[in-house]
Amino acid sequence: MISQLFVLSQRGDSIVFRDYRGDVPKGSAEIFFRKVKFWKEDGGEEAPPVFNVDGVNYFHVKVVGLLFVATSRTNLPPSLVLELLQRIARVIKDYLGVLNEDSLRKNFVLVYELLDEVVDFGYVQTTSTEILKSYIFNEPIMVDAGHLPPLGPAAMFMQGTKRMPGTAITKSVVANEPGGRKREEIFVDIIEKISITFSSSGYILTSEIDGTIQMKSYLTGNPEIRLALNEDLSIGRAGGRSVYDYGGSAGSGAVVLDDCNFHESVHLDSFDVDRTLTLVPPDGEFPVMNYRITQEFKPPFRINTLIEGAGSLKAEVILKIRAEFPSDITANTISVQMPLPTYTSRVSFELEPGAVGQTTDFKESNKRLEWSLKKVLGGSDHTLRAKLTFSQESHGNITKEAGPVSMTFTIPMHNPSRLQVKYLQIAKKSKTYNPYRWVRYVTQANSYVARI
Amino acid sequence: MAPPAQTHRSPSPSQPSGKGEVSDLKMQLRQLAGSRAPGTDDAKRELFKKVISCMTIGIDVSSVFSEMVMCSATSDIVLKKMCYLYVGNYAKNNPDLALLTINFLQRDCKDEDPMIRGLALRSLCSLRVTNLVEYLVGPLGSGLKDSNSYVVANCLCALQEIWGLEAAKSEEASTERETLLSKPLIYYLLNSQGFFENNLPTSQGRDKVCLTLYPPQTPPCENTLEQLDTSVDFSLSTTLLRFGPGFKEFSEWAQCAVLELVSKYVPSDSNEIFDMMNLLEDRLQHANGAVVLATIKLFLQLTLSMADIHQQVYERIKAPLLTLVSSGGPEQSYAVLSHLHLLVMRAPYIFSADYKHFYCQYNEPFYVKKLKLEMLTAVANESNTYEIVTELCEYAANVDIPMARESIRAVGKIALQQYDVNAIVDRLLQFLEMEKEHVTAETLVLVKDLLRKYPQWSHDCIAVVGNISSKNVQEPKAKSALIWMLGEYAQDMQDAPYVLESLIENWEEELSAEVRLHLLTAVVKCFFRRPPETQKALGAALAAGINDFHQDVHDRALLYYRLLQYNVSIAERVVNPPKQAVSVFADTQSNEIKDRIFDEFNSLSVVYQKPSYMYTDKEHRGPFAFTEEIGNLSVGAEPTDNVVPAQRIEANDKDLLLSTSDKEESKGSSHNGSAYSAPGYDGSLAALTQTDLVSLDYKPTPNVPSATFAIDDLLGLGLPAAASPPPPPPVLKLNTKAALEPNTFQQKWRQLPISISQETSINPQGVAAMTTPQVLIRHMQGHSIHCIASGGQAPNFKFFFYAQKAEELSTYLVECIVNSSSCKVQLKIKADYQSTSQAFSELFQSALSKFRFSL
Repeated sequence: MISQLFVLSQRGDSIVFRDYRGDVPKGSAEIFFRKVKFWKEDGGEEAPPVFNVDGVNYFHVKVVGLLFVATSRTNLPPSLVLELLQRIARVIKDYLGVLNEDSLRKNFVLVYELLDEVVDFGYVQTTSTEILKSYIFNEPIMVDAGHLPPLGPAAMFMQGTKRMPGTAITKSVVANEPGGRKREEIFVDIIEKISITFSSSGYILTSEIDGTIQMKSYLTGNPEIRLALNEDLSIGRAGGRSVYDYGGSAGSGAVVLDDCNFHESVHLDSFDVDRTLTLVPPDGEFPVMNYRITQEFKPPFRINTLIEGAGSLKAEVILKIRAEFPSDITANTISVQMPLPTYTSRVSFELEPGAVGQTTDFKESNKRLEWSLKKVLGGSDHTLRAKLTFSQESHGNITKEAGPVSMTFTIPMHNPSRLQVKYLQIAKKSKTYNPYRWVRYVTQANSYVARI
Repeated sequence: MAPPAQTHRSPSPSQPSGKGEVSDLKMQLRQLAGSRAPGTDDAKRELFKKVISCMTIGIDVSSVFSEMVMCSATSDIVLKKMCYLYVGNYAKNNPDLALLTINFLQRDCKDEDPMIRGLALRSLCSLRVTNLVEYLVGPLGSGLKDSNSYVVANCLCALQEIWGLEAAKSEEASTERETLLSKPLIYYLLNSQGFFENNLPTSQGRDKVCLTLYPPQTPPCENTLEQLDTSVDFSLSTTLLRFGPGFKEFSEWAQCAVLELVSKYVPSDSNEIFDMMNLLEDRLQHANGAVVLATIKLFLQLTLSMADIHQQVYERIKAPLLTLVSSGGPEQSYAVLSHLHLLVMRAPYIFSADYKHFYCQYNEPFYVKKLKLEMLTAVANESNTYEIVTELCEYAANVDIPMARESIRAVGKIALQQYDVNAIVDRLLQFLEMEKEHVTAETLVLVKDLLRKYPQWSHDCIAVVGNISSKNVQEPKAKSALIWMLGEYAQDMQDAPYVLESLIENWEEELSAEVRLHLLTAVVKCFFRRPPETQKALGAALAAGINDFHQDVHDRALLYYRLLQYNVSIAERVVNPPKQAVSVFADTQSNEIKDRIFDEFNSLSVVYQKPSYMYTDKEHRGPFAFTEEIGNLSVGAEPTDNVVPAQRIEANDKDLLLSTSDKEESKGSSHNGSAYSAPGYDGSLAALTQTDLVSLDYKPTPNVPSATFAIDDLLGLGLPAAASPPPPPPVLKLNTKAALEPNTFQQKWRQLPISISQETSINPQGVAAMTTPQVLIRHMQGHSIHCIASGGQAPNFKFFFYAQKAEELSTYLVECIVNSSSCKVQLKIKADYQSTSQAFSELFQSALSKFRFSL
């Protein structure tokens, strides 16, 4: 049974604090925060999501810098409590439109109302935004999302792409628009996080796509929705036992998922026949389907790194990235990082002539080279030269002292798996009923690493 | 630290400006209390908000209690809710104030708005003030009959709660109260036919019931515990699952609860098992990790007795688990990964083809990487070792130092697991050439362990280790390892005596006693091999050692000095006898503990990697109530009852999946048996290898005086001709008339950790005569070791023994499983005082070894 639920700000003060059972002392929030902040156990510097202090189990998840915490004296399934905390954050976001410290502080009474119904006497009751609606009486107080850092995977649509109704996804599911009427719309986002490790010679050692089809519905009256995916989609790798089987039928077109799971509202009756998902979307944001792919795919970026000693106290690094996606697509917020030898004292950078929107930095504290690019067009390549100065003579192999190079980026309207939503059908209530439908694709780097 | 943030923050209501505000609030509330003017509710709302926000940040606002209660007469539900929240927060510590609220809460329980009725009922029951329970009976009784399902559902939750609070002292109760409060909620539900249909028509209501039952509360009084036992829970849960209102219509949280309940159910036959699994298989595709893990737990438990199906379950759950790890937030994926880790450790061969999933990503937190490294180590086999070690070597070069260290350790563990370590040794030696201090230090410790297990590699290793300058090694563990190698391989390392000499010259600067101890031993060993070169260093070391302020160092130096003085060749046999390669390093976690963690699948035990009794107090153990085999054993001898557990143990051992018995272990016991005949020596060897490099270095037990006496005595009397195993610890005398209540035994067995767990053998002659357990029991009684429970039939017998130390109240508990056909005995010893358990173990085994003579 859960004893307490609370939300702490980055500085550690409670924004809401709900005690359900009274069997954990009141100071738990401070005990928790001190423990997390000064974690120094098992060699790590980051507190694990679950730990025990004096017989009290503390569970926490971090969402947009806020700490969502549950305490318990009993031995609960950790996945249950952590999932619950994540859901609580999601429900709060559904209600407030924007989830951040400011919106939470302004609406803390509403959040108390939610916490009161989500958990009763320490037992989880419901996390459905829809069911909760009938118990919640406070009106959300909106905060201006304009100048606030966006959150969540869907937030990337707000960066620089004019086609997207950026503010729409920060709407509350309960509050009405200023005009009084709600706009009928539905968002389906295909979000793919990719992880690749390149060997020093450029071969792909491992690769994986972790994808989610995320839905956020603002439709009234809960109409049924049909979501059709690629017809040639198959699940589970046929034949070969090895999951990482890179030979053979690369690029033959079929999308092969290793495995996937579905939201509870999804009916799979016709999925085996025509790859169609049928569901009645509940209010709020939720993942329709999560999937995992280890099938070979074309990496969006190639990274070439060269590090060479130049005299006893100097070395040169040449970093080159090449965008291997179609030229009508633009990647944004690209960042390349590379740890340099610990005895590096100074770095001077040389960007390619005519470079726009690129910045470089040498982080003295952790000896890291950082190269950011605002935009990269498909098909283009970019190079950075850096001259390193060492404070002591390097002994032996300099490549062992630096790297690996890692990269983060976002590519809107592109997904390497080629999984597609062929159509999105909404059961019609009348002839004039034609809600807005937004189907959006995006690719993000999760762990994109090139060894040197 | 940031300055107090309140000053420049927006005047949002959740940030009150200071503590002086409380008395202001009190005033304002009082003014509003009686007012009926329009707009009052809005004003009240603002004030209530301020009160709640004070409460949230920890300012004590209990002083406005009466004003809050006065203001609560309103139909505004938002106000009501805030008021309930406030009252719930302060009632427990202010019972007098709580009494104030009873009236208005009781009134609200009869409100016409069902929402207010439900909320009031909930608040009333969450006051948690024991002497107020009398006031709850009426509202709860009518709540259960309410026409609104929200009220009924809240009432159920509250009932369950109150029952836990009250069950212990419900003797002088009225009849109504008895029906409501004296029995667990489950009884009530089962006894009122049609309750679901009439009072809880919606699925939400039914959800509530399931959730309320989860986890089944541990009631405070003992006899109700038995009543609540098994049958009731299971009949309810299976009803819900199979004939109930459609399991899949429950909310995901209710599904978790039902699955948890069902996991305690024992199906009647395998058909039922397959039915259940078929029904639930699609739950593995649920996006909620909690549902998937609860399902997996059920599957694993259902198939425990069917080895081949059990293995199929592992294959089936692999993909869903991996998907959960990579979807969702980092926190959930950690929780799932911990469970995957447990499964990988149990059945590494099933996951050996999936090793690439356990590669670390650079942006993962350290606690995730650590789990992954352990999994990589576990799944390494002939076919994938090369790739895994290559990957680990990449991590070892990592700029992240803790990660580099862990990776090197992982490489070392793989090397120690495998017979063909050729390539790995090369990799380890390459680490030494990287010339990073932490890499070198970690590697030295590993090379030392490697040499102890595979002395045949000494030549290659020594060549590389010899090039390391001792000045570059600072960490005590690494330095000790280097010194040990210098002593052990003095004949192969050209400059060993000189390196040791220079280290001894800096004796005063060496802060670590561990290093100084090793230095002493190493220099003595070196002396035996290269006397002329080492003599000077030896003298200096012994002199420094005898003057050392550290007791252990002093004692060891003195021992060596006297041994050498007495007879150099005997000293050599004591200090540096021919060694056997170590085949098994003492494992950190016993198999029993691993099995216990597996029993507690889908709980915190998996994340903490220890069973719940180690971190939870008994009353909070909840659904994972301790089930100990001793519970199945009848006290006194009644053989028929006990056949089953004994046979199960036997069966478990045959199956790798069902128990974690290590392949290494069997090797180890045979080796230990043949190498030394002295009983109990193998145990002490294992203990020493863990802490000490030199297996024959005797560490004085806490009572140092007697130990030194023993040495003096030995020197005075002259040493026996043969080098003996380490001197026995002080003699342990057992109380011949020890007495222990069965209950006490059970309790102790539950609480104490296992201090020794080992396998030994029993004399075949003795076993041959053991037709009934009584024979052994009588024999052991002659050695003051008493039996409290026994059972089994040939060839498997199981005994629980206990013994008490004479003159002192220290008890030893033993679980002893005898297999009379293989003459093997498995021992698990628990003791009040761990320090003497080794001595007791030896005593016990020597008693056991004399079994044949008593015939």
